[in-house]
Amino acid sequence: MIPELGHFALVLAFLLACATTFFGLVGAWQGRRTWMAAAPGAVAGQWVFVTLGFGCLTYAFITHDFSVAYVAHNSNSQLPLLYRIAGVWGAHEGSLLLWLAILSSWTLAVAFFSGSLPERFRARVLGVLGLVSMTFMAFLLSTSSPFARQVAELDGADLNPLLQDPALALHPPMLYTGYVGTAVAFAFAVAALLEGRLDASWARWTRPWTTTAWLFLTIGIALGSWWAYYVLGWGGWWFWDAVENASFMPWLASTALIHSLAVTEKRGLFKSWTLLLAVFAFSLSLLGTFLVRSGVVVSVHAFASDPSRGIFILALLAFFIIGALALYAWRAPTLGSDAGFELVSRESFLLINNALLVASAGVVLFGTLMPMFMDAFGLGKISVGPPFFNIAFLIPTLPLLALIGIGMHAGWKQARLARLKSRFLVLLGAALGVAVLVCGAFFSHLSFMTVLGFTLGVFVCASAASLPIERWRRGEHLSRAVLGMSVAHLGIGLFTIGVTVAQSYKIERDISMAAGDSYSMAGYAFHFAGTKNVSGPNWDGVEGEVSITRNGRPVATLHPQKRVYRVQTNPMTQAGIAVGPTRDLFVALGEDIGAGRWSMRLQYKPFIRFIWLGALTMALGGAISVTDRRYRRNPARAAAPATLDGGEAKHGA
Amino acid sequence: MAPESGPVPVATGRARALVPALLFAVLLVVCGITLYKISNRQLDLHEIKSPLIGRPAPAFSLPSVADPTVTVSNATFAGRTYVLNVWGTWCAECRAEHGALLQIARRGGVAVLGLDWKDDRSAAIRYLAELGDPYTAIAADDDGRVAIDWGVYGAPETFLVGPDGLIKHKHVGALSMSDWDKEFAPKIAALAKSPGGAP
Repeated sequence: MIPELGHFALVLAFLLACATTFFGLVGAWQGRRTWMAAAPGAVAGQWVFVTLGFGCLTYAFITHDFSVAYVAHNSNSQLPLLYRIAGVWGAHEGSLLLWLAILSSWTLAVAFFSGSLPERFRARVLGVLGLVSMTFMAFLLSTSSPFARQVAELDGADLNPLLQDPALALHPPMLYTGYVGTAVAFAFAVAALLEGRLDASWARWTRPWTTTAWLFLTIGIALGSWWAYYVLGWGGWWFWDAVENASFMPWLASTALIHSLAVTEKRGLFKSWTLLLAVFAFSLSLLGTFLVRSGVVVSVHAFASDPSRGIFILALLAFFIIGALALYAWRAPTLGSDAGFELVSRESFLLINNALLVASAGVVLFGTLMPMFMDAFGLGKISVGPPFFNIAFLIPTLPLLALIGIGMHAGWKQARLARLKSRFLVLLGAALGVAVLVCGAFFSHLSFMTVLGFTLGVFVCASAASLPIERWRRGEHLSRAVLGMSVAHLGIGLFTIGVTVAQSYKIERDISMAAGDSYSMAGYAFHFAGTKNVSGPNWDGVEGEVSITRNGRPVATLHPQKRVYRVQTNPMTQAGIAVGPTRDLFVALGEDIGAGRWSMRLQYKPFIRFIWLGALTMALGGAISVTDRRYRRNPARAAAPATLDGGEAKHGA
Repeated sequence: MAPESGPVPVATGRARALVPALLFAVLLVVCGITLYKISNRQLDLHEIKSPLIGRPAPAFSLPSVADPTVTVSNATFAGRTYVLNVWGTWCAECRAEHGALLQIARRGGVAVLGLDWKDDRSAAIRYLAELGDPYTAIAADDDGRVAIDWGVYGAPETFLVGPDGLIKHKHVGALSMSDWDKEFAPKIAALAKSPGGAP
């Protein structure tokens, strides 16, 4: 009964999404105030029913309703409660439902906080969001209902063991919140294109939504990377895998959008470029969904892919992307920019920032889709791997890092950087000194790229930290927006330091050890005490014990596991990791190679925590800037003096 | 409405602004073609053919596992058909294919070179003492550079190199005797018949 209720709730939610679309878009077009006023109610109703549907699926998981095919395929009677809940989004149908639940929540939030926006604009934003909900709900109901029944099975096939992990239980909701959040910026952009006007207040309305989506995307990607690090058992933190790239491209586009929006708000420039980026960010999110779900690119992440669903997503993709870009082509040339700027100004820095970020997104897109293009045009099969990305990605990002450090201090319109030149030189010199000192004193060798990366990282950190410190020393007001920007850039610096050191000085050894053996690496002695059998609620496994000492003093005792989940019987490694601020020691248990010996992977990962610390710091910066006071003021009243194109749109009767 | 600022007429601006739409349209068309091929089973993305097939085998010269002072080089086998088997004591599947390798060695007719990948030399010697040694010679690829040259994804992998020094075939995963009879034996026989290809 409950699953049927869930399905029915989703049908109602679909109808309400149709209503939102109609009342929002047609109401604004015809200028009917009563229709426009009905849109927020339909949005609220859609949220209630999608949430109810989501609740019904969760209930089916919690109560082990194996007559629901999706539950039977992705759960098991022995599965712990946390993973029964996370199992809801463990495969395609439930992921799509989660996607819709999050989109409904975003739409509800927009409806709730947009009361002071011009009524026609608000109706159009809600209408566009309703259209996205409507089409994806049609997709869910017609091809991938999670409530389909089957002959009840005694027990379920269990959740993919790779997904039975706390970080991965959280990873999809965070990532989807970010992915789907780009739909809000998209809706604002399409509404502006439909109105044919775009002003500074438009940018101010759009900014907090974009930043919020971006910060969730940042956390989601960081969680995914952290999970890959300790669950996949390889000890890498980024693989340039198609699925990772699919989340990284919208992140790069959103980052560019955040910066471009700043220029549009403060100076009324880059208008059409900002709109284009908003469309790109959402397009790349949808493209990511398509790539992951349709199986057109090869990925190590084993998602169940299905070409017939792929065709549906492709059709949606074509509709939204080509539709929005055609609208853009029609309207953008009429949205002039009103002011010029000097060569040396914050505008120039942000322009270069945007060009470099878009170029890096282009590199990732190129590398991800190249194999597909080669094949489609009959040019043979190729695979594009980390060697390409690692080099190509640095070409736009290294100059970007150098410019971040300087650009933050540049003023609008015309910057007097000459005054700051001596300070930049001092900061750069100090950063170089720190880099050489740290790399030389604590690590074995120096290379040009290591010193360059470390110097840029320290320079960005120092430059980011100096901005609020200086304002505070001069007794100036420090807005949350500026503080948030500094914190986010500090995160970039920390991330850069982490990547540089971890990549340059990591040590990885694949060795075989018997109980009692010791192995020395990077000044640490790894002593293998042996293995014992262990078991969990739905798995059995072997646990090794490795104690680590440094100069005779104990550092940590690790218990790497090798698990075999009873139902799906694929082995999983759970690495043992001794976490530290300046280094991780990582032990993964490999295979029993006979005669009491085990293959093991020992790794020394200096500064790897800085990678995730940097990402979280970026997200924190985003969170701080979203709470800036000017977003909380009444937007309609604040907008009035900032309107750049004068006349107010005519209100319909 | 803001009037068009700057010298660009609206129509030209519109044509230019269509570029992103056209680029995305091309992208989506290619996605569609790929999807069509997959659903018609004309394309299997998971089958990765080694790009090295038909190319010259990368040369290597590495210390021997048995005696590090001795160098093992595939140049020694120039003009002959040989097999290169990539393995390691840490690799469970290598253990599974070991019996097949011993049988191939017993049949003779082709040299089997071992590439001991990222391994511990003393462990390798113990392993071979325990299970038997099918290899004509074993090179120790401690830092894995040679494996990278050969495009090795994981162990075990087995390559067939012809007398012309070109890679003829690659097998990924544990090798069984039926794999050998189906994939390797016919190719080796053909190579032996071709002029100048006596092993």
